Order: sequence, then structure tokens, then C-alpha cells
Amino acid sequence: MSTLTANKKSTRFTENGIFPSNEVMLDLKQLKKVYPTPKGDYVVLEDLNLQIKKEEFVTIIGHSGCGKTTMLSMIAGLNSISGGNISVLGKHIKGPGPDRGGIFQAPSLMPWMTSLQNVMLGVNQVFPHATKAQRYDIAKYYLQKVGLEDAFHKKAGDLSQGMQQRVGIARAFAIKPKVLLLDEPFGMLDSLTRGELQDTLIEIWNKEKITAVMITHDVDEAIFLADRVIMMTSGPKAKIGDVLQIDFERPRTRKAVLEHDDYYEYRKHLIDFLEH
Amino acid sequence: MAYLELNNIYKTYGQGDHATEVLSNINLSIEEGEFVAIVGFTGSGKTTLVNLINGLLEPTKGEILFKGEPIQGSSHERGVIFQNYSLLPWLTVGQNVFMAVKEAFPKKSKEELNELVAEYIEMVSLTPAINKYPKELSGGMRQRVAVARALAMKPEMIIMDEPLGALDALTRGNLQDEILNIWGKDKRTALLITNDMDEGIYMADRIIPLRPGPNATLAPEFKIDIERPRDKTKMNDNLNFKETRNAIIEYLMDIGNERKSEAKEAFVLPDIRPKDFVYQFK
Repeated sequence: MSTLTANKKSTRFTENGIFPSNEVMLDLKQLKKVYPTPKGDYVVLEDLNLQIKKEEFVTIIGHSGCGKTTMLSMIAGLNSISGGNISVLGKHIKGPGPDRGGIFQAPSLMPWMTSLQNVMLGVNQVFPHATKAQRYDIAKYYLQKVGLEDAFHKKAGDLSQGMQQRVGIARAFAIKPKVLLLDEPFGMLDSLTRGELQDTLIEIWNKEKITAVMITHDVDEAIFLADRVIMMTSGPKAKIGDVLQIDFERPRTRKAVLEHDDYYEYRKHLIDFLEH
Repeated sequence: MAYLELNNIYKTYGQGDHATEVLSNINLSIEEGEFVAIVGFTGSGKTTLVNLINGLLEPTKGEILFKGEPIQGSSHERGVIFQNYSLLPWLTVGQNVFMAVKEAFPKKSKEELNELVAEYIEMVSLTPAINKYPKELSGGMRQRVAVARALAMKPEMIIMDEPLGALDALTRGNLQDEILNIWGKDKRTALLITNDMDEGIYMADRIIPLRPGPNATLAPEFKIDIERPRDKTKMNDNLNFKETRNAIIEYLMDIGNERKSEAKEAFVLPDIRPKDFVYQFK
């Protein structure tokens, strides 16, 4: 396909050559996480080293319970660090901040507010300099992007799980964080909706030049979205087992990616890691 | 003669102005010993279709023939595995399965029935949990009980309605293999309804997409010509697998695009940057 060539040197922004950026956005050094239990300490993560460049899209796969979510919540600043450190643009993190936005498995919405109000909650925080009309436009734009144009004024508590999840996605997209942390955000959606939201995610990532770290169970999703796929070993003492560089040119179309000669090689590599 | 045959099935819910046609013009024929998967999206009418086949619902129009005879109500000839397990919470694992086999084989002695229960519980590796109650089990274990219960009745046909949808990837893979083993050993006929296309490719002989409702109807089928037993890793080297998989994905993507093109007025995103928090906090 024309959008993909056999050229192995991936360039994300061919016209200005910004990517790959060499600036390190996120730096995880010797990261360790210990949960104390009555039977002694349980070491979830140990010796975990990972550098994520500015504007990179990284996906993380691994078995349930391997500590992926623990790692992501530590990056978000929601979970304490037992050893090592995490820095954003060279500065050690000390807690959560609006520079790191998250979408988690379960949507955390205010059930008594409408879906529009829930998104506005975030938008009002980060766009204080915009007019009210502009802020509403931002919220409505992203709600429509996730397919909720008919549910602006429905209360979050009245929406189905899948729809609530989409409100959460719209809210995280709308605030355009520097680093977007995604913990299996599309896991509970059907594959068609999942595909649409993946496209929306890539569109926003590309336009806003954000750095994205996403946990997923879906091997195809991991390949389609990422510059690099990080494979985590099973816990306890989970660390990075393997890294797969995805050298498809961007922008990617699903069709072109599927028909690329390397696609099923990548897929095999990841499934092999997960099955053994 | 086909084993299961659906001829021009229509299903409408509601009446008059409020009528919604969920399924229209469904034609399907499954041969004995075949494994067929129907892949559909949320809200496309999958569960309605399953309930028509297992006899819990009646079609508005058309007929369903099982071994040449019209279906009348549910029967243990067609065993169903539901998405939500449907176990009785006040019965243990063993009792849940026992109740089903007693219904299916009223003439067998208690000892024979207990043997059957033990055999199928062993098959899904739940022997240590035979005296536990459903609430003491994980989701994956509960679904195993449901699988054992459905199969212990030795149904001639196994009907599965997104049986593994709620499970994590690893448990899901294991149960897929268990179901395939049992299907292969007893040469049953199987119908799997799923929203996971890869599950369909791994398990089935044929995949038939269900076009989304209202007026959902079956799309042309895809034959899965891959030797059994199949290997999830090695399949990625199989040319046939790649081509079939890509064809199915493209077909489903086209359905998605059709749906998207019906979108209404578009909102315009104002060109405005978020407040720069990183520098503010420095």
C-alpha cells in the first residue's frame, strides 16, 4: 500500500522531521514497588527501567496481575514509589498533576452530572483562557468523536458501562495532557467501537503531539498504535521482558498495516511472548 | 438435510408504531459435526438469534428446523452456555451439574449420574472445587462450571452465547482449548456467537458476520481452511490465515464505515491550547 513502504526508517513527521525526538519525556529508573502483606513483602515490580521519548506512543502488554496497572498508576502519581524514581522532563514526580492525564479501566464520572458536565469539569480546569462557547465546543467535539452526540444531557449514572467509558475517554482527550496514560481504555467495548476510538486517539495524539503510554491486552491494538511495544514479564518481581520496535510509517491506516509484510511477524512475536 | 436450518427468520419486538425489527431474513444451515461462529457487534441482535435457536423465543416469521423438525421450546438436545454463567447460587458446583444431568437422563441411577458429574467436572479441572458454591469461585471457574453443566447433558448441539466474553485473555485461551477438545472428541455440532473475530477464526470451520441491527441479517460466510489442531502462534505464518483474517477485518471495517457515514452535524474544534501546567509548576 502506498502509505507504507518497505522503508525501515520510521519518520513520524516527514515534512518537518521532528520525530523521533530525542528528548526524554518519561524516565523510569530502577523502579520498585512492594506491597506489604501479612506473609511478608510482596515485590510487584523490581529493577524496572524504561525511557519514553517525547511524542512517542508506547503500548505495554503482559499477563493479568503482572503489575502493569501498578506501574501506570505510579507514573500517574497515584501510587507511591518503593524504590527508584520516575521523572517527567527531568523532574522527579511527587504526586499526580494535570500534565499526566489518565483513562482507566473503570470510568470515574460524577454520576449526578450529565456527560457534557462531566467533560466540562476537566475542560474548565485547563482552558480558563477560552470563552465559554469555545469550552463547550471542545467538550461537544470530543463527545461526538466518541459517538455520544445523542447523550450530551444524559446523566452519567443513567448511561451503560460502555457509554460511561466513552465519556471518560472524551474527558481525558479534551484536556490534552502532555502525557496520556491509558489503562485498557477500550477493553470493555466491542471491536467496531474500539477501532473507531483507536483512530480518534491517534488523531489527537498526532495533532496535539502528546506522549502516550497505553496498557492493552489486544495484540493488534498494541501494534497498530505503537512506536514500541513493551512486554512485561509475569509477576512477582515483574520487569521488562522484551521490546518490539514497530517500524510502520505514519499516518497508518488499518488496511495498510494489515497488508504489510511485517505485520504477522510482529503479531507472532507478541503472541509467542504471551503464550509462553 | 442440514442439521440445523433457519429459513427466512424475522424477529420483531413491540407492536404497531413501536415495532422494531431486530432480525430480518436470516438464513443459516449448519451440518452435523460442524463448528460455526457468528461474529457480531454489541446490539446487533446476537442474543436474540441465540434465543430463537435454543427455543426461548419464537420467530415472528420463518421456521427453524432441528434435524428436519420444527423447534418447539427449549430442549437439552441443544445445550446452551450463556455469557452470565446462570448458576444456581444455593447449589454447589457438583449439585449445579447434577441437577442438569438428572433432567437430561431421568432413567439413570444416582450412581451413574454422579459418575457423569465427576467426569465432566474433572474435564474442566474443577474436581477440587466440587463442593464449593458459585460465590466462592472466580469468574473463569464459574464459566467452567457452566461449560461442564452444558456438556454433561451430552447435547447433540452446543450453542454458546459469548461464553468467554467476561474472562481475561489467558483464561479465555484455556477455555477455548477445553471446548475445542470436547467438541473434537465427541464430534458434536457447535454454534458460537462472539464479538471476538480471532476467537471465531481459532475455533470455527466457518465465520458468518451478523450485520448490525435493526434489521440485522447474516453476511456472506468466510471459510476457515486451517488444519486442526490450530496453534495461535504458528497460525501467523499461515498464508491462508493471514488472507482470511484480513478479508474478515476489512469486511467488518466496511460495515463500520457505513455506520459512521450516518453521523449527524459535526462540531468544530476551536484552535486553542491548554494552559501550560508543566511550566507553571516549574
